[in-house]
Amino acid sequence: MAQTVPSGDNNLLRDAIPVRNIGRVERFLGPENYRIMQGLMKTPASIAGFSLVVFFVLIAILAPVIIPSVGKDPYSIPRDGFKSDPQPMGTEWKKNAPDAPFWFAITGQEKWTHIFGTSEGQYDIFYGIIWGTRTAFYASLIVTLSTLLIGVVYGSIAAFYGGWVDMVLMRIVDVLSILPGVLAALILAAIITPLVGKSTLPVMIALIAFGWTGYSRFIRADILSVRERDYVLAARVVGVPDSRILFQHILPNAIFPTLILASMAIGDVVLSFAGLSFLGVGVEIGYADWGQLLSFARNWITSLNTYWYIIAWPGFTLVLFVMGWNLIGDALRDVLDPRMRGKM
Amino acid sequence: MVNYIIRRLLLVPLLLFGVTVLIFVMMSFLQPVERLALYMRDFPKNEKAIPALIAKYDLDKPIYVQYWNWLMGKVDSASGERSGGILFGDFGYSRSQSQPVSELIKRRFPATLELTIWAVAPVILVGIWLGVQAAVHHNGFIDQAARVFSIIGTSFPTFVFGLLMLMIFYANLQWFPPGRISDEFARIIESEAFHRYTTLYTFDAILNGRFDIFLDAMRHLLMPILTLSYISWATFLRVTRGSMLETLRMEYVTTARAKGLPERDVIYKHAQPNAMLPVVTMAGFSVVGLLAGAVMTETVFNYPGIGSAAVRAATSLDVVAMLGFALFDGFILIIAALVVDIMYALVDPRVRLS
Repeated sequence: MAQTVPSGDNNLLRDAIPVRNIGRVERFLGPENYRIMQGLMKTPASIAGFSLVVFFVLIAILAPVIIPSVGKDPYSIPRDGFKSDPQPMGTEWKKNAPDAPFWFAITGQEKWTHIFGTSEGQYDIFYGIIWGTRTAFYASLIVTLSTLLIGVVYGSIAAFYGGWVDMVLMRIVDVLSILPGVLAALILAAIITPLVGKSTLPVMIALIAFGWTGYSRFIRADILSVRERDYVLAARVVGVPDSRILFQHILPNAIFPTLILASMAIGDVVLSFAGLSFLGVGVEIGYADWGQLLSFARNWITSLNTYWYIIAWPGFTLVLFVMGWNLIGDALRDVLDPRMRGKM
Repeated sequence: MVNYIIRRLLLVPLLLFGVTVLIFVMMSFLQPVERLALYMRDFPKNEKAIPALIAKYDLDKPIYVQYWNWLMGKVDSASGERSGGILFGDFGYSRSQSQPVSELIKRRFPATLELTIWAVAPVILVGIWLGVQAAVHHNGFIDQAARVFSIIGTSFPTFVFGLLMLMIFYANLQWFPPGRISDEFARIIESEAFHRYTTLYTFDAILNGRFDIFLDAMRHLLMPILTLSYISWATFLRVTRGSMLETLRMEYVTTARAKGLPERDVIYKHAQPNAMLPVVTMAGFSVVGLLAGAVMTETVFNYPGIGSAAVRAATSLDVVAMLGFALFDGFILIIAALVVDIMYALVDPRVRLS
């Protein structure tokens, strides 16, 4: 600050100190959130990430247009016969061929083909990938939101009451997080599958049951620091009820980092979900799900040089999807890093 | 320090108790008939015998009686034989593989241990080295390359990576086969002449002076090792890089530079030891991660470890076996966490003194 600040006349002051115009968006979001948004909009990683996610959102929404569903359940992949060997890309549909979607006309072919080939048991890979996008989205969103909700409520209660309540609740969290997530979820999913039937439900329940512990630890730490602030004490002095202090005064000021954590975890949830169906728990065979599609490849390992497309396409899709979320998460981490403040 | 270790040790029985309760709760989703597998090998063929057997093993009694029996086993009053009892190492019987679960663990665990041991060392060495390089050349080529590598690494599902490896190195090039050992060597290992000191094939092969067996075992291990560890490389790299960047900004590093130390000494002797603290914690988590990753990796490569056994049990709904494996894994992980925490206390003066 080499400039000398004149005293007295306010007009002079206005000239000496540069004043930045604050836009409507910035005023609405507040300076910190605005900085984060700006950072996200300028980082190449996050632009790539957002593009990928938007691309998949479009696929999920437009699934019935891209490839119309056949039969009653759109999520069961149509089969072209029952032969076991996978068929190469571009093979014609022979049995129960669905109507070709309108955009297929640009390829110049008349008969609807298996664009990405068929997998073991003649399941159409292209169909599975497109409709599997919906499975990936709803499974990951439901699991992430539920775990977030449970974790936040649980962690808040532990942190807010402290003492032995905190002690007991957090030891339970310790126990639940001993087993590696995938193994624990695998076991629980296998146990509840006979009870609730084969669907996406068992795996989702299993992932939720063991997935919330991270959030509860995270929010607990943040609340513990917010809890001691003066305005919380003030609220307590004037007799505001506990639940109101917790949900109206403390949580809104402590929850932001946890939300970020949740947004970064979506990619992991998709991976675990696909992984568990790859291992063969949860959904029934032929359900439009990427992990399920990949699991067909397990019987063809010796001939993967011929049948490379049965892992290449679903695998590539899964990697792109997860990478989209990870890129966003990575950019968020950079932007939120306090050492990066003021460098955008 | 002693205080800290004692407090940490006191937590162990609590966690062990917690894990048994957790497993037992999952067990109680089962029908009493299915829980019979905890105590007896063969499923009773005579339907009418079932209620008597359920009564014999107290499976219709209150939950705490059942929990106690599960821990301590049920002693037959006539013959004095104990059946069940996880505290005595009896985890029940696996229906799908018609064997005691403890027997399965004994046979399968060395394979997993061998895989993990070989996966840990390269992860720690390569991950840390790359992380330090990325931090030293901040925003340089290595840093950017490491960043891309780590994003791709964390986005690549273990099983997709494994399948790709199989496609390239087994189906196409025929270099590295799946499984644990070739048949001809498996026969040698089973034979009397071969001493099984550790039950880990690679180490036994060296101890027996059979380098052909060592090479064959390594040929089978290489793909699983890579598949299991590449994700950990990415995380190690990131943690080391972050911690190293922070340390390099510290004033004592500037001091070291100012007094004219060569850059190499500044980085490797002054900065790196302090930057390793969070990495030690990471190392602990990575053991957990490796055990979890082993579930996927072993299944993809048909590697006969405890992870693939758990998956086999899960897909054939052999819950008793599955929970046995989980319990065993849980015990191991509790001990691993304890070791890491104590190691951390030894390394970090702040924990040591508090």
